[in-house]
Formats: sequence, C-alpha cells, structure tokens
Amino acid sequence: MDMLAQLGHGFEVALTWQNLGLALIGCFLGTIMGALPGLGPSNGVAILIPLAFTLGLGATPSLILLTSVYYGAMYGGRISSILLNIPGDEPAMMTCLDGYPMARKGMAGEALSISGIASFVGAFLATWGLILLAPQLVKIALLFKPADYFALYALAFMTLGGVSSANQAKSAFAACIGLALAMVGVDTATGVPRFTFGEVHLYDGIDFLVAIVGLFALSEVFVFLEHRHGSADAEGHKMEIGRITPPVKMVKETAPSMLRGSVLGFLAGVLPGAGASLGSFLAYSTEKKLVDREGTFGKGDPRGVAAPEAGNNAAAGGALVPMLALGVPGSGTTAVLLAVLLSLNITPGPLLFAQNPDVVWGLIAALFIANFMLLALNIPMVGLFTRILLVPPRILMPIVAMVSFVGIYGISGSPFDLTVMILFGIVGWVLRKFDVPLVPVILGVLLGNPMESNLRRAVQISNGDWSVLVQSWLSIILWIIAIVGFLMPIIFGRVLRARMRERGDDEGALTD
Amino acid sequence: MSDRIFGAVGLLLAAFYAYAATLIQESFLTDTVGPKAFPFIIAGVLALASIAIILRPDAEPQWPALPRLVEILAAVVVMLIYAQTLKIVGFVIATTVASAYLSWRLGSKPLAAVLAGIGTAVGIYIVFHLALGLSLARGPFGF
Repeated sequence: MDMLAQLGHGFEVALTWQNLGLALIGCFLGTIMGALPGLGPSNGVAILIPLAFTLGLGATPSLILLTSVYYGAMYGGRISSILLNIPGDEPAMMTCLDGYPMARKGMAGEALSISGIASFVGAFLATWGLILLAPQLVKIALLFKPADYFALYALAFMTLGGVSSANQAKSAFAACIGLALAMVGVDTATGVPRFTFGEVHLYDGIDFLVAIVGLFALSEVFVFLEHRHGSADAEGHKMEIGRITPPVKMVKETAPSMLRGSVLGFLAGVLPGAGASLGSFLAYSTEKKLVDREGTFGKGDPRGVAAPEAGNNAAAGGALVPMLALGVPGSGTTAVLLAVLLSLNITPGPLLFAQNPDVVWGLIAALFIANFMLLALNIPMVGLFTRILLVPPRILMPIVAMVSFVGIYGISGSPFDLTVMILFGIVGWVLRKFDVPLVPVILGVLLGNPMESNLRRAVQISNGDWSVLVQSWLSIILWIIAIVGFLMPIIFGRVLRARMRERGDDEGALTD
Repeated sequence: MSDRIFGAVGLLLAAFYAYAATLIQESFLTDTVGPKAFPFIIAGVLALASIAIILRPDAEPQWPALPRLVEILAAVVVMLIYAQTLKIVGFVIATTVASAYLSWRLGSKPLAAVLAGIGTAVGIYIVFHLALGLSLARGPFGF
C-alpha cells in the first residue's frame, strides 16, 4: 500500500539520533509544561519556537521537537488535575472530576497510570486517524480556488471561538485585531507601505513570533504578578502515589471508555472550532450517560478518568488534520504550530503533501515515536513529574519570561522586537481581563496576508466582480458552515458553557 | 461598564484604522482591489464587533486593586529597561537583575530572589549559549 510505504519512509526520516533525541526532549519538556498550572501547550510551544528557529534546526527536526511538546503537554495536563484538582491546562479540566476523587481515595497511582494509558490510546488512534483522513482532505483541498480559500479562512475565524465560546463579538473583535496587525508593513502586491507611520522597523511587518510569545507567555507572567500567586499549588498537599501500574482488571474495564473517548475526541479535534477541551468534555459526558448506572461518576470512577484523557489526546491529533491538510488550524496550539511551519518557510496545505513528503511523513512517524516515549515517561517516571509540581511560580515565571526574551532576541538581536513583545504582553493581559480570546488574534496575524491575497486574486480573476466570492458550490458550503458555526454558540452555547464551566477556572484561560 | 468602555475604545480604534487606511499611498501599478479594501473591511467588522460589545456587555471583570496594577506596571517598566540595557550591560547581568526583581515581586525573600536571579541567568547562559550555541547579548565583560 502506498500509504504504508510513505509511512515507512517517514520512519526512515524520523529515526535518526538527532530526531529521537529531540523527540525525547520535547516529550519531557511538554509533560512538564502540561503539568504545571499556568503553562499549557500553546504557551509551551510558543516559547520554544524562537529557540528551535534560532538554533538553526531544519524543518523536520523543529516540527518533531515542537509536536512532541504538544503531545507531551496533553499528557502532562492530567497530573495536576489528579493530584491537586487544578487542571494543568484547560483540556485537562474534565479529568479533575474523577481523577481527584480517585487520588483522595488513595488511588492516585492507579488514576495516573490509567489516564496515562488512556492518553496513549487516544493519541495513538488519532495519529492513525490523521494518516487516513489528511490525504483525503488534501484531495478536496486541491479543488480550492482563491475564492474558496477566502471562504475557508473566514470559516476558520468564525468558528474558532467554538461551540463553547463565551462571547462571539469578542472573538470577532480579537480576529480583527489580529488581521489588522497583519496588514502592517509593505503590501506584497503593490509594494506600498501600510500602517507603518514612517517607522522603518515596521516595514517588514510585525513578526508573528514576537506577537505569539508576548501574548501567550508574557501575559501569563503578568497574570501571576497580578494575583501574586507565587507559591506552588502543591505545597501542603501530601502526594502519595502508591502503585504505578494499573491492575489488569481496571484496564479491561476502562478499555471501551477509552475507545469511545478517542473516537469522539478525534472528531472534535478535526471539526473547526471544537478543539481538545470540547473533545474531553464530550467524551466524559457521553461516557457518563452510557455507563454510569450506579452513579459512581464524579466520585472516583476510573472510567471517568480514562474517557476524557483519551478524548483530549485524540483531539490533539485530530486538530493536526486541518492544520496540515488545509493550512487552517482549528485550535490554539495548532495555530502556534502553523507559525512554526510559516517561520520555516513551509506552506501547509495540499501542496505540503506533494512537495514536502519528508516533512509530513517524518512528522507523523515522529508522532508515533513520541507517543511511545510519552507512555514510557508517564507511567514509570510519573513520580519525577509530580516533584516538578513543587517548583513554585516565583522561581518558574521569571524563567519563563527570560526564556521568552532570549528566544526573541535570538531571532533578530534587536531591542525593538523585545519592546514590541512587552507591549503584546500587556495587550494580552488586558484582553484576557476582558475575556477576549487570544487565539483569534494569533490566527489573524498568521492568516491575514494569505486571506487578503486570496481575496484580491479572486476578485482580480473575475475582473473586479465581488460576487465571485459566493459563486462556486464549495465556497457557498463553506460560508454556510461558517455562518452556522458563528451563530450556534449565540443560540445554544450558553447551556453547554454552563455545564463545562461548572468547575472551570475563572481567569480567561487560553484554549488548548 | 468596563465592557462598554472597552467597546468604545474598539470603535475609536476602528475609526483610526480606517483613517490610517485612507492614508495609504496607492502606487500607479495596482490590482483591481488595491491595498485599501481589505483594511476597510477589517475596520468595518471591528466596528460592528465593538458595537455588539457596547450593546451587550458581559459581567464586570474583576479588576485588581490599585497596588496590583502598580505592580504590573512596575514589572513592565523593568522589562522595558531590560530590553534597552541588554546590549549595554550584557546578558548575564541584565537577566540576573530582571529575574531577581520578578522573583522578588512574586513573593521570594530578597536573598532567595537574588539567588533565583543568578541561577536563572547563569542557567540560561550555560544551556542556551554554551551548550546550544545561541548568541546572547554580549556586555562589556563578554557575557
């Protein structure tokens, strides 16, 4: 089979000592970042991009490093959910519901290991899903014309807030801010400067890495300063792990939950605007409806740990499908991964599979390898990560800030960029105060220029007839999905949100 | 109320953006759409979103008390100074000072904060410069 041959080739690319080492480092760092409350997959990856970039890593190694971080963070989020009842990142929220009660019953070790296995199952199945689905999506994407691409970008923005979005006006606001920033600099089509106000530094535009690191990483530092939240959440908690392998009986019992959770999570990941948080939520609530006959869910049922963990890890894999095949990310972290590709001069989308098969299949092979590494790291060595939870933010957050500075300084060596990054940090903090999501801002900065150029190309081809934007059946379908996706949260998002937020955090968190 | 002010600021921003878009000098070589159209669309959507926020504001966010705001502002100032002096005093000294400050403000005791600052700066220097070969700002002492 053609696909398996390509996958085999991918393994040849991925199985070098350098790539294996990077995958291991990525998995390790990712698990730590996921486990620490306050550092999630999106800011974890964001801090590391400039570093991967300035270290001069090639495209495939950089991607391997950063996607390992991404997968690792998805694994790591469960650790603090279970031990401290504080989700390490947003998708791990649902894991608190049964994980923490299990830990209080003295079954922390079982909860950690069963959720580790569930994470593995979810991510493993989702990677197969990626292999099967992405090439099919590419075939469709090859039919896209500029007008369809414009509709697709609009769809990405309109559905990004997701079904659980709090306020669609604020998502739209955020997207516009991002798009507006993307316009700064010399217009590529005509060569005229736009919105530069005579500042030479702005002629080549605002570097999206500067924006991402500022918005995601520095704003987090400001949030911690605001609450003066400097001591470790873990202090004062007794962390008895106990056995670190699950009883076989428990694995058997939870296996169907893991499988169902994986399927639901994967679908939630692929669909625009859903993402990992919704994936784990769907997995948990479906499981509760299906098998919770004795009312044990919420009181420490292992199935209630397995399902959402399988769900959020599967969603992480699923979210890579539209990012790789269409170049349109559906979640925060994949938006950050898109930034990686763009800064490496690789254009994701249908042509990626044809022009850079090494990158795609090497990446997919690396995902498999990383997944096995993560299983190995997360079950026997989980004790190590629980100790890292003891590092207090008053030590950690300055490190985060300084590593951010180092990364951005490494790219350009210019204090101007650092200043811009600090400004983005403040803007990020203010926007989070107002509950304005940050991911659309990033997506706007990333997709603004391709979106505009597709619009201009489409109208140019039709000799200035703007109705070309809604003429092909593809673009009509995309617009309909976009409009439905935008209106849905306004109509019945409130109910869903209330249920998801029952035990959510209040500080406008970053989504997956 | 905060949301309404936020929306009003958004409207002003949209107006300013549209005004700045009119200032774009079109060159004689231009396509049918031109460099101004898309910015105008963005300004329009931004204005609509701002109006929606003004009309249906969310619940009031929890604003920190004044001392906390000053705290953030002070951190921003320290970071800006860091960005400006990085090239002058060198990476290790600037980073020690900045991270010690942040660690102190996050609740470390002064001595612990200084140690954390030195640890952070030297640690990053060893990992990123000596081990990974990243170029960091050189000061008068070469580090």
